[in-house]
Amino acid sequence: MRGSDYPPDCIDRRIINALQEGFPLSSQPYAEVAAELDLSEGELIERLARLRNSGTITRFGPFFDAAAMGGAFCLCAMNVPADRFEAVTELVNAHSEVAHNYERAHQLNMWFVLATETPEGIEAAACGIEQETGLEVLRFPKLEEFFIGFRMVA
Amino acid sequence: MNLDGTDRRIVEATQSGLPLVPHPYAEIAAQLILEESEVIERLAAMQARGVVRRIGVAPNHYALGMTSNGMTVWEVKDDVASNLGAEVGQLDFVSHCYLRPRALPLWPYNLFAMVHGSDQTEVEVKRQAILSLLGPACLGSDTLYSTRILKKTGLRLARKGAASSAEKARGEG
Repeated sequence: MRGSDYPPDCIDRRIINALQEGFPLSSQPYAEVAAELDLSEGELIERLARLRNSGTITRFGPFFDAAAMGGAFCLCAMNVPADRFEAVTELVNAHSEVAHNYERAHQLNMWFVLATETPEGIEAAACGIEQETGLEVLRFPKLEEFFIGFRMVA
Repeated sequence: MNLDGTDRRIVEATQSGLPLVPHPYAEIAAQLILEESEVIERLAAMQARGVVRRIGVAPNHYALGMTSNGMTVWEVKDDVASNLGAEVGQLDFVSHCYLRPRALPLWPYNLFAMVHGSDQTEVEVKRQAILSLLGPACLGSDTLYSTRILKKTGLRLARKGAASSAEKARGEG
């Protein structure tokens, strides 16, 4: 896992907390945020670059809603036999629609998110994975989302 | 698809991140041969329509010492699930919270809340807080710990006429 070599200090944590959402849509947005955090614009930019390069943040920028763009997300789960786990992982991950994939300690031991540009794309990808693996893909599309923040002790 | 061609180009230019320069929107505008004001106005309009959910950071919980991530799942009575879900979603330690369909008989859980902690003990303490909040509306629950990240990229809008760029960048955590 990238990033463990760079422990974020308390200023980094304040930056991460402050930038969960609401980054300004203005000509000099970093300067605005920096002023709120009592930092210089240059220091904020430098720290964000370091956080991003070290992998402490995976991304900084706009997050787009796939559904609003006409696409779709769907959480899926599979019960993969232990002796086939690596082979099935390869088959699943080979699909570019698979955005994240986690192994979890449960009978349903593989959990992944499909992200596609059209709602039909979800079914196509899930059916494709079922055919390739011979295993059922349970679909858990979101019915409602409660967003969402993540705050740390700074 | 309610994006016109210019919106789409802005999505493509920003989906892997904003430039870390004093005038980030001007830099994107220069790449796309647009005015800075148009980039800002279009992003604001997309935010108002919900196409842009937020502009901010995606923390890597592992790098921040949150090495234990538990997907807590709850079977909540349907008539109160939406209201209670909103309350769970407001807890500081919950990064994602969703209502989803059940998959009976194997999967009776309809509320999913991702909880991060420095270890499983901390996740368990936070899980108890959710349990208290749900009270008698909760009919059952489980916690699924991730044991391995098998893949992490993110949604990438494929460039028209080109292969998907999904493998090129990491995305929402």
